[in-house]
Amino acid sequence: MTCLLRARTRRFAAEYCSRCVAACRSADRNVRLALNLKTLSYIGIPVWIGLLVLPFIGSERALALAGVTFLGGLFWQMATRVSRSVQFLPQIGILLEETGRLIRVASEWKPADRQRRALTIIVTGAVLILPLGLNNYFIDVLTLAGIYVVLALGLNIVVGMAGLLDLGYISFYAIGAYSYALLSTRLGISFWWALPLGGMAAAASGVVLGVITLRLRGDYFAIVTLGFVQIVHLVLNNWDRVTNGPNGILNIGRPALGAFVFSQPIHFYYLILAIVLLTILAVDRLNRSRIGRAWIAIREDEIAAQATGVDTTRLKILAFALGAVWAGVAGVFFAAKYAFVSPESFTFFESVIVLSMVVLGGMGSVPGVILGALIVVILPEVLREFASYRMLVFGAALVLMMIFRPQGLIGNPRRRVELRCQDEGRLLRPHTDGKRM
Amino acid sequence: MFFQQIVNGLALGAVYALIALGYTMVYGILELINFAHGEIYMIGAYLGILLLTFFTVVGLTQNHLVLSLILVFVGSALYCAAYGLTLERVAYRPLRHAHRLSPLISAIGMSIFLQNYVMLAQGSADKVFPHILLAEPITFLGVPVGPLQMFIILTSIVLMIGLHIFVKKTRLGKAMRATAQDKRMAGLVGIDINRVIAVTFVIGSILASAAGVMVAMYYGLVNFFIGYVAGIKAFTAAVLGGIGNIPGAMLGGFILGLVESLGASYISSEYKDVFAFLILIGVLILRPSGLLGEKASEKV
Repeated sequence: MTCLLRARTRRFAAEYCSRCVAACRSADRNVRLALNLKTLSYIGIPVWIGLLVLPFIGSERALALAGVTFLGGLFWQMATRVSRSVQFLPQIGILLEETGRLIRVASEWKPADRQRRALTIIVTGAVLILPLGLNNYFIDVLTLAGIYVVLALGLNIVVGMAGLLDLGYISFYAIGAYSYALLSTRLGISFWWALPLGGMAAAASGVVLGVITLRLRGDYFAIVTLGFVQIVHLVLNNWDRVTNGPNGILNIGRPALGAFVFSQPIHFYYLILAIVLLTILAVDRLNRSRIGRAWIAIREDEIAAQATGVDTTRLKILAFALGAVWAGVAGVFFAAKYAFVSPESFTFFESVIVLSMVVLGGMGSVPGVILGALIVVILPEVLREFASYRMLVFGAALVLMMIFRPQGLIGNPRRRVELRCQDEGRLLRPHTDGKRM
Repeated sequence: MFFQQIVNGLALGAVYALIALGYTMVYGILELINFAHGEIYMIGAYLGILLLTFFTVVGLTQNHLVLSLILVFVGSALYCAAYGLTLERVAYRPLRHAHRLSPLISAIGMSIFLQNYVMLAQGSADKVFPHILLAEPITFLGVPVGPLQMFIILTSIVLMIGLHIFVKKTRLGKAMRATAQDKRMAGLVGIDINRVIAVTFVIGSILASAAGVMVAMYYGLVNFFIGYVAGIKAFTAAVLGGIGNIPGAMLGGFILGLVESLGASYISSEYKDVFAFLILIGVLILRPSGLLGEKASEKV
């Protein structure tokens, strides 16, 4: 079997090389062929990319990048041909198809209630015993992932369910963190009181922002929330008397239960785990409630929702407040875990990172968003040496995701139907072409 | 002092206006906030520095200063046009009929990508613009004005007049206005929509590159994150003037520059950036269509 496979690999390599050579030769010999549009794009795109990056990375690396792009293009062409005509290397073609089908089936799997319950128990058990075999570093990474799961689930309420693109979500996180920092250092209030208080402070600011942005839609709304995060960041940086400016606030109190003080990473792991489970429960219930359905109605067509009696104003503010609560709670936990807050942790980029978790996992889908948060936090830790490329890959992933899989890794089933229907709706109502605000 | 601040504000406003034009033109046609536009401006600034360094190494700058400066502007404009074109082709064209949030998220992704690409390629330290221009202030109406400030204001005005003529008088400009009014109808009367959109991105990118090179000359420092703040402020300017409205973007840019310059010197320099956002939020709440914009009726 291995012998057979090796022979096939060799044949594949030989075929690939000979095709490359042939392509070069024919391009050399036949000018008309080189002008052929398809051939041109195989040469033109690498040349274009090489020229674009030339002044930034220098001639050698630009040439290398162009070469890689060219070979990649050739390989892609080969691969598509291979999978299309199953005569050549049938296994790979079938394998590709089968993998694709498997992914599709897995992502559209809708568990029955009993399976669902079993799955929940298994996953909960796994996360309960998981940290026992890990060192402190990995427990810290998991704790961080837990914070982001809470944040992503909260943002999912606003973006995924209510369809409001909130780019300033991280400011609620900042408000939660700073409320605990100030309450603890100035007034000596304990973590357990600060948790609801921080959540409430965040919710209150969510209501304020909600009231301000009520009349705005779509892009304008996104921009105002972006302005909000900038203002919060600037205030934290410059209001020295209260926030201690860029130096941040130190020595924030640790949570304690009686005589037991949370100090080890594992303590915080179980604490955030409890918060995560509470969040999941709350968001899941919310998703299936009357309010959740109303949000989805608003997301799909605000005017139609209003016409059918949904109080859009109240519900949008509610979405803001309920989303902000979780950011506030996560912020309080963050301040308690690191015992230190500074404006650096609450920039617009953090907002984008949380948003990318929601988008990557699947807007509106609770398991999807959790998966997205885990991937975005844990993957860079695993691929430590590529850390500097993290944001580059992020950006590209956001674009590619929007183009090839807008519903996310685990799409929300309801949302999936909606995304599909939209094209048909467009055919039926041509006059709404992109003009809806 | 006061007039000095006015001149500073006008120079700053001219830069904002040039960037804002790119936002407003793209929004007028695609109804898309081109989040990555600030990055194009940043790339323009970087190219200004890279090209000028290159010309200095070759020896052109020492002998023909004006020629090398013109070449820097032209080269940077060409490159930015290419980047703008690629941006549209890669990140926006495949999403033209997608859900409304999709292109916006794609734009944010592209912005992050470009920022980190420049950071990885050029390092995260400040890049210094080679000091070649005399900065002897000229006295103009009793006010000392830096020659660079005059240069920025005059160049921007020339570019804006050029844009106005292009949009109002040429065939392509007419096609652009038609596309902005109704894409579908424009397509039906034989306008190549894809071409018009590509041209819009090219023009916006050229204006942004000019702004980038001039800012690099003015401040002498460039960093990979300048595009973000400048982009947000320019967008504010575009919204202030009425998004989709070309004269509005120019007016908005100058107003914003003046407010920022005067606010920084008379109220608080630490909260300089807050003014822009407060104006933005105020305008969006009180008059969402902007100063010169028409009130768009909502289609159901």
